[in-house]
Amino acid sequence: MSDAAATKENPAPGTGDLVVLRKVNKHFGDLHVLQDIDLTIARGEVVVVVGPSGGGKSTLCRAINRLETIDSGEIAIDGKPLPAEGRELAALRADVGMVFQSFNLFAHKTVLANVMLGQVKVRKKKKDVAEARARQLLDRVGVASQADKYPAQLSGGQQQRVAIARALAMDPKIMLFDEPTSALDPEMINEVLEVMRQLARDGMTMVVVTHEMGFARSAANRVVFMADGRIMEETTPDQFFSSPRSARAKDFLSKILHH
Amino acid sequence: MFDFLEGYDLLGAFWTTVRLTVLSAVGALIWGTVLAAMRVSPVPLMRGFGTTYVNVVRNIPLTVIIVFTSLGLFQTLGVTLGARDFTTINFRLAVLGLTVYTAAFVCEALRSGINTVPVGQMEAARAIGLTFPQALGYIVLPQAFRSVVAPLANVLIALTKNTTVAAAIGVAEAAALMRVMIENEAQLILISAVFAFGFICLTLPAGLFLGWVSKKVSVKR
Repeated sequence: MSDAAATKENPAPGTGDLVVLRKVNKHFGDLHVLQDIDLTIARGEVVVVVGPSGGGKSTLCRAINRLETIDSGEIAIDGKPLPAEGRELAALRADVGMVFQSFNLFAHKTVLANVMLGQVKVRKKKKDVAEARARQLLDRVGVASQADKYPAQLSGGQQQRVAIARALAMDPKIMLFDEPTSALDPEMINEVLEVMRQLARDGMTMVVVTHEMGFARSAANRVVFMADGRIMEETTPDQFFSSPRSARAKDFLSKILHH
Repeated sequence: MFDFLEGYDLLGAFWTTVRLTVLSAVGALIWGTVLAAMRVSPVPLMRGFGTTYVNVVRNIPLTVIIVFTSLGLFQTLGVTLGARDFTTINFRLAVLGLTVYTAAFVCEALRSGINTVPVGQMEAARAIGLTFPQALGYIVLPQAFRSVVAPLANVLIALTKNTTVAAAIGVAEAAALMRVMIENEAQLILISAVFAFGFICLTLPAGLFLGWVSKKVSVKR
């Protein structure tokens, strides 16, 4: 009981740093979306990134597996700097699970095939081994009965849970969530958040960009507040929600919490 | 009424048309897919080659290409494509010319199909660790093909009719036979009608079938 509370309140469990960003900069034309970002994510840590739209949250998340290139600075995962294009980058991405706002399930493949593809083509697992693992993961996220359907036949919440299973099938070291519930109908948000909470409880290292403050409060070890391309504040959820230090964070919280 | 058909190998001529069409279609589909992959690849040299190829080839009249295969490749450069007799050499050269030409159109149809696949599909594919060629082959192209079955049917119909150009280098397909018959027989309108009907018999079912396939395989989003 007290142990569980302790892990929840003390960030940085596990051993060592998994992701290190140092002085990362990125521009979209004139817009300086990432400005001297320094961020370290420890193994087993759940970091929730919040902030106003256009603040660079998604770009930060996408930069970690190089779906966005950066202009300067360093990003290292598990001690290794991000490789440039090519096989090495593909190998690294296989170790970094990614869940998108718009699910992005492979539209021409069944749910089961979606979860098997990476295992077979990237991890070179045998088909039957991959299928068993896929079914187990689909069961874990609660969509086992939908295995033979196509993504378009599922609800948004179901699709997103399949997307989580697809990412987990690669046995990633870390999971990135880029606004995973923003495209969902309100009644489906919880089923996805519940899967994510379970993952967090199981010790998965997670970076979650979200507008779900309830999730940040209950599942995060650390909240990172971003605005205007900078990390304005980095603290525990309790501290962030009860007594934010920066004016931007106070302003942001007053806008989203009072309605 | 159809006595004038006697003594001519009508079926044989149309069979040659069919063989030209099928072989060129397969060739154009493969080469056109490679070209489309080049045109969307991250390698600038490949993109440049694909773009140049398409813009040059699709703007040259097919007759010029077909005649070049015979005069340029065969008679000047001695390319025989592994055949010995003239009939086979000309047939193979015609298939080559039709493939080279049609591939440019297949490439463009396919590229428009690639553009219908949401960017997120490629991102998701790469995010699970597929390499660019894998992502293209397993995720993007299969969806692109499904969305361009109808435009590809147009290309196939055009190709079927374009095979008549092969007559220019002496391939004994349907149009070549028609020319012979028009010279020897009196029923000009009937002869034209017979050949027109023959081509419709080839292209109409193909078009209807592919239209059905197009609906059948379309990707639901």
